[in-house]
Amino acid sequence: MTVSGKVWRVLERRNMELGPKGEPARTLTHWRYTKDGEGIVWLIFDRAGQSTNTLSEEVLVELNLVLEDLKGLNAKGLVIRSAKKSGFAAGADIRDFRGVTNASEIESRLARGHELLDRLANLSIPTVAVIHGHCLGGGLELALACRHRIAVSGASLGFPEVLLGLHPGLGGTFRLTSLIDPVEAMTMMLTGRPVHARKAKALGLVDEVVEERHVANAVRAAVAGKLKPARPGLKAGVMSLAPARRMAANRMRAEAQKNAPEKHYPAPYRLIGLWEEHGGDPKAMQRAEIRSFSELLTGPTAQNLVRVFFLRERLKSLAKGESGISRVHVIGAGTMGGDIAAWCAARGLRVTLTDLDPQAIARAIGRASSFYDKRLHSSLERRDALDRLTPDFEGVGVRQADLVIEAVAEKEGVKRRVYEEIAPRMKPGAILATNTSSIPLESLREGLLFAERFVGLHFFNPVTRMQLVEIVTHDAVSEETLSRARAFCGDISRLPAPVRSAPGFLVNRALTPYLVEAFLMFDEGVPKEVIDRAARDFGMPMGPMELADRVGLDICLEVARMLKERLPDPMPEVPDWLVQKVEAGETGRKAGRGLYVYDENGKPKREEVKIAEGAQVPRDSETADRLVLPMLNTLVRCLREGVVEEEEVADAAMIFGTGFAPFRGGPLHYARERGVDEITAKLHALAQKYGDRFAPDEGWERLKT
Amino acid sequence: MSEAARARRKPAPRRTGGRLPATTAVRRTGVQAPPERPPVYLIDGARTPYLRARGRPGPFTPVDLAVQCGRPLLARQPFPPEAFDLVILGCVNVIADEMNPARVAALRLGMGEAMRAFTVQINCGSGMQSIDTAFRLIEGGEADLILAGGAEALSHAPLVLSQKAAGWFGRFATAKTAWERATALGAFRPEMARPVIGLERGLTDPLTDLSMGQTAEIIGHAFGISRESADSYALESHRRLARAQREGFLKGEVIPAISRDGRLFDHDDGVRPDTSMEKLANLKPVFERPYGRVTAGNSSQITDGASWVILASEAAVKEYKLTPIARIVDSEWTALDPSVMGLGPTLCSTALMKRRGLSLKDIELWEINEAFAAQILACLAAWEDEEYCREVLGLEEPFGTLDRERLNVDGGAISLGHPVGSSGNRIVLHLVNAMRRLGLKRGIATECIGGGQGGAMLLESV
Repeated sequence: MTVSGKVWRVLERRNMELGPKGEPARTLTHWRYTKDGEGIVWLIFDRAGQSTNTLSEEVLVELNLVLEDLKGLNAKGLVIRSAKKSGFAAGADIRDFRGVTNASEIESRLARGHELLDRLANLSIPTVAVIHGHCLGGGLELALACRHRIAVSGASLGFPEVLLGLHPGLGGTFRLTSLIDPVEAMTMMLTGRPVHARKAKALGLVDEVVEERHVANAVRAAVAGKLKPARPGLKAGVMSLAPARRMAANRMRAEAQKNAPEKHYPAPYRLIGLWEEHGGDPKAMQRAEIRSFSELLTGPTAQNLVRVFFLRERLKSLAKGESGISRVHVIGAGTMGGDIAAWCAARGLRVTLTDLDPQAIARAIGRASSFYDKRLHSSLERRDALDRLTPDFEGVGVRQADLVIEAVAEKEGVKRRVYEEIAPRMKPGAILATNTSSIPLESLREGLLFAERFVGLHFFNPVTRMQLVEIVTHDAVSEETLSRARAFCGDISRLPAPVRSAPGFLVNRALTPYLVEAFLMFDEGVPKEVIDRAARDFGMPMGPMELADRVGLDICLEVARMLKERLPDPMPEVPDWLVQKVEAGETGRKAGRGLYVYDENGKPKREEVKIAEGAQVPRDSETADRLVLPMLNTLVRCLREGVVEEEEVADAAMIFGTGFAPFRGGPLHYARERGVDEITAKLHALAQKYGDRFAPDEGWERLKT
Repeated sequence: MSEAARARRKPAPRRTGGRLPATTAVRRTGVQAPPERPPVYLIDGARTPYLRARGRPGPFTPVDLAVQCGRPLLARQPFPPEAFDLVILGCVNVIADEMNPARVAALRLGMGEAMRAFTVQINCGSGMQSIDTAFRLIEGGEADLILAGGAEALSHAPLVLSQKAAGWFGRFATAKTAWERATALGAFRPEMARPVIGLERGLTDPLTDLSMGQTAEIIGHAFGISRESADSYALESHRRLARAQREGFLKGEVIPAISRDGRLFDHDDGVRPDTSMEKLANLKPVFERPYGRVTAGNSSQITDGASWVILASEAAVKEYKLTPIARIVDSEWTALDPSVMGLGPTLCSTALMKRRGLSLKDIELWEINEAFAAQILACLAAWEDEEYCREVLGLEEPFGTLDRERLNVDGGAISLGHPVGSSGNRIVLHLVNAMRRLGLKRGIATECIGGGQGGAMLLESV
């Protein structure tokens, strides 16, 4: 339970320890410092005009000025801490990474930064970074250049650069590997996963973890030399030997290969190489880091992943504002409904989950609890999340809910009966949302008492991993409802993509031609492993056959039929074997059997995977083109028809809703990079060979401008 | 708190001078019908299924149980959880992680940081004491809306060190030198490793060292209750509960609970619809071997469970447009010799009825907590016993025969279990629900209380 009441709201302001009060000795734009009575200089990082500290060129220049001043201050010690509530520092300002092409210019900029941090690291007085909240990337590199790090409980420290196709570039690679067990250090940098304060202490990344109220005493102890920093143990010594590093590096490469093949994601391999080669020699590693980072940053993968970062920011910006939603009622405790409810409760909302079948509710609670065990950090958080998730056997939660999410069977009659029953009991102003993936909202809203407060909130499976939510409009919805629905996505850390209520909306409509094409290829005799391999080679996280199993073949079939029925788009017939499979109950992963056979953990059986890995893909690019181009073609059509308004939103939706190869920067971005003319020419060629369904949409013309 | 209560509370000095009005109620014993006071309504209530303890800690702690049934109960109200003035919870075996379980439950139920909450403990009467305290506070104008409950997880009762072992551990833990430690270690005796079952001690009267079962043996003997009649009473308790479950009489009152691992608990699982006189007769006496009449089969079961009711003033009923289901008319608590604690209900119920000028025929429905079949039958026999009625209850003639068709109509603690802190709450809630189902007006819920007390509450359905 978090403290949030009125008493704490008053006292909270007194909690943060920022050194001596009163006028600072010097105030710069982003920094200010004061010397306390004991001769300790408190340097406060407070980036102007931002709610989060990031390291820009200007920030570093100013830090240099402070280090200049320090000589004349006769300081006993230096403390660096952030004044921001959100944390120490989030790292580099990623805006500076956009569209960077000149590697040598980056190199010289980086070299200046390294010089500065070296200077900080070489100060003769004790230096202490006090870290609360997020301390990421460049922020952690700044902290690593201090002699001591004191974490405030709740801090999280990490190097997420790898997620942007990079590795640390301000000294992180050599400082972290020489501070802590190098294998742990490499794991942190290769996975990008942050570590929490307590783990950081165990790793020796921080010297101590304290509560905010003890920061001043801890700083005093650090400056007096009373903090005994943990030093790397035996393993670190072994890893200073090249052969040991070589063995470890090979293991890391094998691990990286599983999720991020080198040809698509070079950064992890560059990082492993850096350490393998220079592990025992910080100076050499530093020089190599600068060079390697500059090359990566100007390469296509990093640039596309930076684009993805901003696509996410774009969707996040749509989620701003107040939703006014604190109580959610979810109807239908199947996989989607149950997972939506569990997710909302994990994000702090009070949720009632109802279903006609009490056992379904129980199963959903069981699933939620094992998800919380994995994802929430303390037993208190788990208890509170479960307390917020109320099983509601009688559907009474409707009355108090600010938002009702319907996730019952995909049958129009069933859904409308549910609405008839609950609409009169909903409180004034509450929003009714449907998680339908296929039924037009115009027909669902028919006869509804308050169509203006009816909206589609289309989540993707698995809810806990897929960040996208399609916000589906219709002709009678109010702008207020839409903006509250988007803000709700912000509340629960999901990304809203506004789409019009056309059949399949955006994501399923674009994904279906891709899946159906895979089915046709399978029908033609191409082994499913080969099909999947081709898609993975293109960069998809999983192939279309495995994805279809994941989604559920029954749902794929239903959506494909619905789209064919309702849209003029040229769509091939769904093969008969798919219908038979669904009828036989082989509906995919959830049934343990679909296109693949699954073990009890929901993993495809090993031998099949082996075939997949060894499969030879014939006429490589054509297989991939046959799969991917229909998806692009449909997206272009959706743009033209106004199903989605912005290219960026379409790209983001496909990445965050289906996992479309992120390093390609999004499907439409990929098309533009490859060239619209080339794509349309290829579509023409495919159309001649395989049929009209490949005929390029007229919308491509608009993309040429 | 409603605006009305807030306005009332500020200027007016408290009539009760800061003392809980409940204490004045106790002192009223035997006084003539008291002056009319503002009505106090029971609005709604719900409980968890009562879950039999199966030899190891069950899936829920006391507060877990209180949260399980509290959440849906609060969710079905037309007012927000923050609207309550107070939460009172009865709980006997508070576990170390949940000190003041009332407050822990209030916070976990999302009732807000500003929600006052306290826990009451009067053994088997705790769940009714919470209602009574709430009743008196509302009646006295101190509050308008109170959540009153009872929760108990007997399966979580701790294993405790014996006094001997605790003493040894204390010496070992405070030993300063290695030598002292070694000597202390040497003083350890194997029998110290045997823990005392906390529950066993809890169900033993500290003054007389009699177990609760033994007190039932004493009064069973005094009133000539045979083993057969006790078994026959127990059999009927199971039959009635099984019927209530089958017919859906408990719908809305019992709300399923779901454990963390996704298991659904949707009914009182102590019920044995297939039990028989033969099966019951085969059981050995548990408290006084080999001749006793009290067996595991004709005693209440060791069980986990929780129950809540919502009490409201007239003002709160108006403010939130509530539909009361009953009015709490009066209550009474009395105390007696701990070794015959099982007769508690005869004392408090009779006193309550006298004060209200009611006789046996005026009470249409009874819930008497089934601590032991021999104990409840002894109560009924006592009410028919001329000497007892005259000498103990101060009645000129016997109180009369309580019709079994008006008593515990849907089973009781023998079939559904006795989570001690919760039972008193459950019998009030179920009395009201049963009266409404049967179209009856007036009823009494009463219980015996370990340590030698009894509590009774008079209710009228609305």
